[in-house]
Amino acid sequence: MNFDFSDEQKQLRDEARKFLTEKCSPKAVRAVLDGKASYDRELWQGLAEMGFLGVAIPENYGGAGAGHLELCVIAEEMGRALAPVPFSSTVYLAAEALLIAGSDVQKQKWLPKIAKGEAIGTLALFEGKGNPSPQAVKLAASGNALTGVKMPVADGAIADFAIVVARTGSGGRDSDISLYLAELKGEGVETKALSNIDPTRGQAEITFKNAKAEPLGRVGDGWSILTQVLDRAAVLMAFEQVGGSDRALEMGRDYALDRIAFGRPIGSFQAVKHMLADMYVSATLARSNSYYGAWALSTNSSELPEAAAAARISATQAFQHCAKNNIQVHGGMGFTWEFDCHMFYRRANATALGLGSLSYWEDQLIDRMRKKNAA
Amino acid sequence: MNFDDTPQEAAFRAEARKWIDANAPKELEAELSKSSLGRIRLQKHDIVDVAKRWQKKKSDAGWACLHWPKDYGGRGASPVERVIWQQEEGVYGKLTQPFQIGEGMCGPTVMAYGSEADKRRYLPKLASGEEIWCQLFSEPAGGSDVAGLRTRAEKKGDEWVINGQKIWTSGAHYSDYGILITRTDPNVPKHKGLTMFYINMKSPGVEVKPIKQANGMQEFNEVFFTDLRVQDSQRLGAVGDGWNVSLTTLMNERMSIGARLATGFSEIFDFCSSLMTEDGLAIDDSATRSKLASWAVRNSGLKYTSYRAISALSKGERPGPENSIGKLVAGTMLQDIATYAMDLEGAAGVLNDPNVAEAAGQFQQMLLSSPSTRIAGGTDEILRNIIAERVLGLPGDIRVDKDVPFNKIPTKGR
Repeated sequence: MNFDFSDEQKQLRDEARKFLTEKCSPKAVRAVLDGKASYDRELWQGLAEMGFLGVAIPENYGGAGAGHLELCVIAEEMGRALAPVPFSSTVYLAAEALLIAGSDVQKQKWLPKIAKGEAIGTLALFEGKGNPSPQAVKLAASGNALTGVKMPVADGAIADFAIVVARTGSGGRDSDISLYLAELKGEGVETKALSNIDPTRGQAEITFKNAKAEPLGRVGDGWSILTQVLDRAAVLMAFEQVGGSDRALEMGRDYALDRIAFGRPIGSFQAVKHMLADMYVSATLARSNSYYGAWALSTNSSELPEAAAAARISATQAFQHCAKNNIQVHGGMGFTWEFDCHMFYRRANATALGLGSLSYWEDQLIDRMRKKNAA
Repeated sequence: MNFDDTPQEAAFRAEARKWIDANAPKELEAELSKSSLGRIRLQKHDIVDVAKRWQKKKSDAGWACLHWPKDYGGRGASPVERVIWQQEEGVYGKLTQPFQIGEGMCGPTVMAYGSEADKRRYLPKLASGEEIWCQLFSEPAGGSDVAGLRTRAEKKGDEWVINGQKIWTSGAHYSDYGILITRTDPNVPKHKGLTMFYINMKSPGVEVKPIKQANGMQEFNEVFFTDLRVQDSQRLGAVGDGWNVSLTTLMNERMSIGARLATGFSEIFDFCSSLMTEDGLAIDDSATRSKLASWAVRNSGLKYTSYRAISALSKGERPGPENSIGKLVAGTMLQDIATYAMDLEGAAGVLNDPNVAEAAGQFQQMLLSSPSTRIAGGTDEILRNIIAERVLGLPGDIRVDKDVPFNKIPTKGR
């Protein structure tokens, strides 16, 4: 049994950590947090130069032609560093959708640009409150023109193109939904940035008025493609969450060792120790479930739907738990803007919702386990 | 990343599987599969007799205590081979229960501190299950605080005379030998005045009294020592070094990688999949689904955490500290799952006659037994301390009794 990343993949992780420690300090994250920029352009270019943006994109489309395991280790580091760039939207969602369903022409056009850091992509799925469901999609495709409103769209205000989930049939069935690729700088598209709990990852509202778009995959296949994209993204996002959990736990641990109260380090009080031990338990469960997801993703296993949901739930719970208790360990200082704790808290709670909320994935997991048991 | 065996591991697995297939007591398979929580009930047989027969058969064929040296009754197998054996042994592994303390704790202590003659005399019979060992550590005044123990050993010539009491001793009633930690010097701080011995449980001066537990069963005992005489040659480690010797034992206790802990998840999943409520199947209820999903990922998280440790063993590396979370997660899960299942049963959840109760009363049994999982082998609180101190590097507790002579430490009421 070799249920671990290879030495080469671990080296890549070290390389990514070194790069991000240097180029993505908390100060750099704060520049975006404080609204001085909509994302870190310099970091984005650096990630392209390191080959990280195209790590899982095949060489004939301008990528490094490595695989999803390599992308997982980079995702973990992106999460640790709270990288304020549209990495998840572009790489986990847009690029994966193209890889799954794009025509050769579409892939030739967009994937090399993604790898080079010249194009930002995203997925336009949600239309207001609620979780992914075919019934909730109102935006309509007529011919190759889209009309409707999507929000929130992650990184929508800075994206060059979006994979848009659109209605092509009148019912609530999966086959009434299709995917379209739309350029966002063109006519009939209006984007508006929306304030959100994690300013280091922007959210937007995008209004399409008879906007030109082209189908991605076959018309009527949209929901099934989307499900595959979300499963892949769930695993990759889980690694970001695992990275964030570990970092929040370390911050709490370090502070507990450093801070003296009542004449002793607060980390010697059992109330604090036990809180940190429980964070370690959550983070460990999340990591192990995410490894299972990584295995399923990289081997294209039939277990991916179940593994993705398990990774997603476990990692979401862990990041929320670690980020919340990291603030608690810090006490009053943890509630200041100056300390970094709130940046992890914001990210943890924003990523908990982006691909569908915890309760949505809990539902998915149980459905998928039942399906497997019935088979 | 893969779940595959190396060619050597695959060959070992095939050999193990073939032998088990040809030799296991298949007539007990169904009954063993049904026993959960490590509590085995066999209709027609005494569990210890059955266990001894299976262990002896394994030992004769070289499949007992696999990771021990051959000279001492083992097979000289690698750690990962031991895990593969456990996976293949499957439900029959439940029959190793009476030997686990001997194999996991007493044996390694004798191996580390016993004389060569003792090792050759005792270890092979421990491995073959012909002689069962127990561990005599906890006392009424020292549970989590093991070093607070009061059982006295006093040197009289070449002998030691032992008086005192132990408690929570699993299997003392059917054990032949035990390792016993005693206080030999009460005038020094508590960790420094301890000495370890091995004793014959059938000696005069040893009295075993079963404890009736909260779940109605009797697995633990009190053991009383009245002028028990022990040869100095039965001492394990130096006089006063008992604490360090006991740490060898306790560290081995935690090396149980690959032994899957019962979490109750498959039981509650199956139960909710078939339980019809007034609103339909329980598993279609959103509150139930949410709970099931949270338990599912804890269950799979433990499974894949142990796979990570096995992978490290397979590569010849030392597993990381991840496995320390197992019992902490599983204990609470069992208790929560039992409570929730009974909640779903409504008023009928109070019934526990297997012929009348829902799900043959398994959740009622789980409810009443699960508190022990959170206590035995280190309470949840001790386990959190261990994670915090050994994994996260946080400071140890402030110990007000650390440098005080044992006989000056205040006891209750003062």
